Amino acid sequence: MNQMTNTMTNAKPKYRLICGLEIHAELKTASKMFCGCTNNPFHAKKPNSHTCPVCLGMPGGLPVPNKKAIEQTIQLGIAVGSKINQFSKFDRKNYFYPDLAKGYQISQLDIPFCEGGEIKTPEGQVGITRIHLEEDTGKLLHNTVDNKKVSLVDFNRSGVPLVEIVSEPDITTPSQAKEYGKALRDLLRYLNLADCDMEQGGMRLEANISLIESTAPQGTLPDYKVEVKNINSFRFMEQAILYEMERQAKILDAGETPTQETRGWDSTKNKTYVQRAKEDAADYRYFPEPDIPPIEISDAHLAELKQQLPQLPSELRSDWETNYSIPLKTAKLLSPNSVAAAHVSDIFSLAQKSDIKPLEIANAIVNKKIAFSGTETAKEVIQHYQKLTQTDEVSGDELTIIIQAVIAENQDAAEKYKNGETQVIGFFIGQVARASDKKLDPKHVRSALIKELSQ
Amino acid sequence: MKLRSLTLAETRKKILEKSISQADVYNDIFASIAESNTELNVYLTTVDKKSALEKASAQISNELAGLPIAVKDNFCTRDMETTASSTVLKGFKPQFESTVTKKLQENGGVIIGKVNLDAWAHGSSTETSQYGRSLNPRNLEHLPGGSSGGSAAAVASDMCLAALGTETAGSIRQPAAWCGVVGLKPTYGRCSRYGVASMASSTDSPGPLAKTVEDAALVLNTIAGPDKYDATTSPKPAPDFTKTIGKSINDMKIGYIYHDLKGLETTAALFEPQLKVFEKLGAHVEKVDALDPNYSVGSYTVFQRGEVSSNLARYDGIRYGKDRSHFGEEAKRRIMLGTFTLSKGLAEKYYSLAQKVRTLYIQDYEKLFKEYDVLVSLSSPGFAKKIGATEGESMFGELEDMLLEPSSISGLPGISVPCYRDPKTNLYLGLNIVAPQWREDLVIQVGHAFERETKWNSWLNINESND
Amino acid sequence: MTKKNTPFTSAQMQHVAQLANLELTDTQAKKLATAFTETMEVVNRLQQLDISSVEPTHQVTGLTNRWREDEVDKSQEFTQEEALHNAAHTHNGYFVVPRIVNQDS
Repeated sequence: MNQMTNTMTNAKPKYRLICGLEIHAELKTASKMFCGCTNNPFHAKKPNSHTCPVCLGMPGGLPVPNKKAIEQTIQLGIAVGSKINQFSKFDRKNYFYPDLAKGYQISQLDIPFCEGGEIKTPEGQVGITRIHLEEDTGKLLHNTVDNKKVSLVDFNRSGVPLVEIVSEPDITTPSQAKEYGKALRDLLRYLNLADCDMEQGGMRLEANISLIESTAPQGTLPDYKVEVKNINSFRFMEQAILYEMERQAKILDAGETPTQETRGWDSTKNKTYVQRAKEDAADYRYFPEPDIPPIEISDAHLAELKQQLPQLPSELRSDWETNYSIPLKTAKLLSPNSVAAAHVSDIFSLAQKSDIKPLEIANAIVNKKIAFSGTETAKEVIQHYQKLTQTDEVSGDELTIIIQAVIAENQDAAEKYKNGETQVIGFFIGQVARASDKKLDPKHVRSALIKELSQ
Repeated sequence: MKLRSLTLAETRKKILEKSISQADVYNDIFASIAESNTELNVYLTTVDKKSALEKASAQISNELAGLPIAVKDNFCTRDMETTASSTVLKGFKPQFESTVTKKLQENGGVIIGKVNLDAWAHGSSTETSQYGRSLNPRNLEHLPGGSSGGSAAAVASDMCLAALGTETAGSIRQPAAWCGVVGLKPTYGRCSRYGVASMASSTDSPGPLAKTVEDAALVLNTIAGPDKYDATTSPKPAPDFTKTIGKSINDMKIGYIYHDLKGLETTAALFEPQLKVFEKLGAHVEKVDALDPNYSVGSYTVFQRGEVSSNLARYDGIRYGKDRSHFGEEAKRRIMLGTFTLSKGLAEKYYSLAQKVRTLYIQDYEKLFKEYDVLVSLSSPGFAKKIGATEGESMFGELEDMLLEPSSISGLPGISVPCYRDPKTNLYLGLNIVAPQWREDLVIQVGHAFERETKWNSWLNINESND
Repeated sequence: MTKKNTPFTSAQMQHVAQLANLELTDTQAKKLATAFTETMEVVNRLQQLDISSVEPTHQVTGLTNRWREDEVDKSQEFTQEEALHNAAHTHNGYFVVPRIVNQDS
């Protein structure tokens, strides 16, 4: 790793990273992509308990597409600025694997729902090539049964709607890859399209990685690429890209071209390993899915989908910053999804009307000063905040009596204060608050204390 | 006369009038099965007569009055073995019911057994069945045709009152023609494919085989219509298909498609005089030119085998059935060719080309239907072939079905009705009537008119066919 | 007329069989090569047609948008017992297959 880091930190690194990502995310729908089975693979009570003739690949099981999943895919496309293909279709991708019930996956080949678009990252924007809709496979577990090494298959995940977002090879650093992935995850969550539970496999990352001489003109692509599959965290992705950069640089330094192949990431050994060489690259025998008539999205339907789309997180957060001086970090915490964001926007606007600074409310929520579960109305949140800051009226005499009593009981501390250890004022404020049965304004108490202690 | 040789419509009438009982009918049909099935090898599975009768009595007030129906063994029937005539599915008892058999039973049909087909519906003879070929009840030295050969033979041998089959390109009409029964292939998407083992998804069409046109219409009434589990079914509600039974065909324009194919002149000489019947009924018949069916063979072969290779990929022996080594030769041959034509670099050359040629046929029909109400031809180029005829013929089915393929790949409805019987061999020719999409009513109207005016239907003209 | 195509070989058949997840004996491969040659001759006749201005037909009745609303349909869902009912090998509610080593999908 050192050698590479050196190369990287040199004024002129020898190679430039060319990287694009393919990200799969399971859509949040009630039912599966092509059948009415429950879409809840991670919390099913039993394996193989959400299956039917369609997702179990029985004879004559036929797919009927889930309209909501199609709309969600198109909305994601609109959110990243894709061109939406109003005429689209599904295709069959044929290959054999025990977790693939039908022996083919229904996917989209040449007319995906969305083409083009971009995602902004702190290191520059990354182009989107395409977004298409397909179905997930079942899940394999490796086990030993009766002393035999076996794989166990659970089809609860079979047929869960899956979007694949393919980026342009615009990513230039491992950290940008991470930022891009996170931005996409945040967007999917924000729009309430997907939970993106990485650990469970609800979002899966693949990186296409290659290097090119730094002196090569911009836009030149290397004549090879290495695909690293099945990465299940952004940190691992960053590490995998770094590892590949180092590995490929060594090969290029030796005057050779890295082999075009598919690799996996071994997170215990911190290295990538060969999964499939190009020689046995699969031939997926794509053809249009004859069981599903094509999809035509009318102008009106598309307009409706655009209209239903909430304000995008980037726009909302910048609005909050301009109107309410909410810093980006706080804004992100308060807008994990569009529903929460809209709620917080309502709170901010009501706060302003009630002469409360929205930023103070925001901080109170973030610092958990006030209870905020998301179910409270804006009015209730404002009331909670007011209660938090509200103090009881107390007469000057009443306060003076309490303060004098507290000082009398804590002569040592009072001495310290007089000798310049003014920080003991905090202790006195606490003692006064405890001695009184009313809610006192701390500012008021402080000035009264200073007055008494200084006498 | 035995009850078994009554038509479905007649039996239904007599039961409703209470001049016969369901038990009388079941006794005679099951007696027929006991007499003939071992020799003909038609039923792969039969249900117990007692339980069938129990179901029947509960169904008496429904449209099919609880009458016994045979079902091709590629329809999934809940808890009843379903094999598609392949050993891959030996012992497979589906946990669900196909839409068509579900509807059939809800409308008063009782499934009394599952009948033989070419394995996976690949073929036109039943010779590819891994449970042995069926025989043609009209002449035991001959084949019943296929792939719905068991369905046609069950009807022809009075082992049921009607049967369900499926057609991808000729698989209902060709065996109907060979066995001298009526076969109705509905418009693609008229009857649901849900729960029917897929052959070529873009053309598979379930439909009835029956003794008469009216019987076929009665059965179609019970199984047609939109299905939310099959996205390729039309949302159009199905009409009452018996409405055009008995309606005049006066002034109708009928196009007769003749192709100069090898061997066709002999049968055409027997067939053409039959067309005079239409003239007698006031219709106008004209010979018309249509696109050479030879190209439909190539087109159909490519997309059908491509779809087959993908549709049979699910049979891996993991979730049900046996592993892929159990596929028979014909299935392997089709999977292989389909895999090849879809492989990298070839899909555009073959699959896409085949689908373009398909468009040419659709356009050709559109042109013809501007001038003609229906189009007629022979259903099959010849009479039923002898046992063993498929040996070494890798394209047997496609060539036998050549006259039906253009209409199948265009999704059109068609019917085959008996139109000639060779007194020496007792074998039949079928008249194929084709109409525009969703116009089953027209093929039923014309088919029925022809049937009533001729002596070829062996149930309507019992004496004529016994010479 | 169509020119004769080069006959198919057993090796080609074995490659296709691998894609199709089928096992072929040498005899079967040879037989299939012959059948391929015959069938592809018929198929290649299609090249004679002028299809330059023709669109392919994938959906013969011209349907579009046959989708369903996002609703769970319990009527078709199998219980675990039903799902496993026809399987040759099961274990604790799972289907069982020989160990898959190189997971790449």
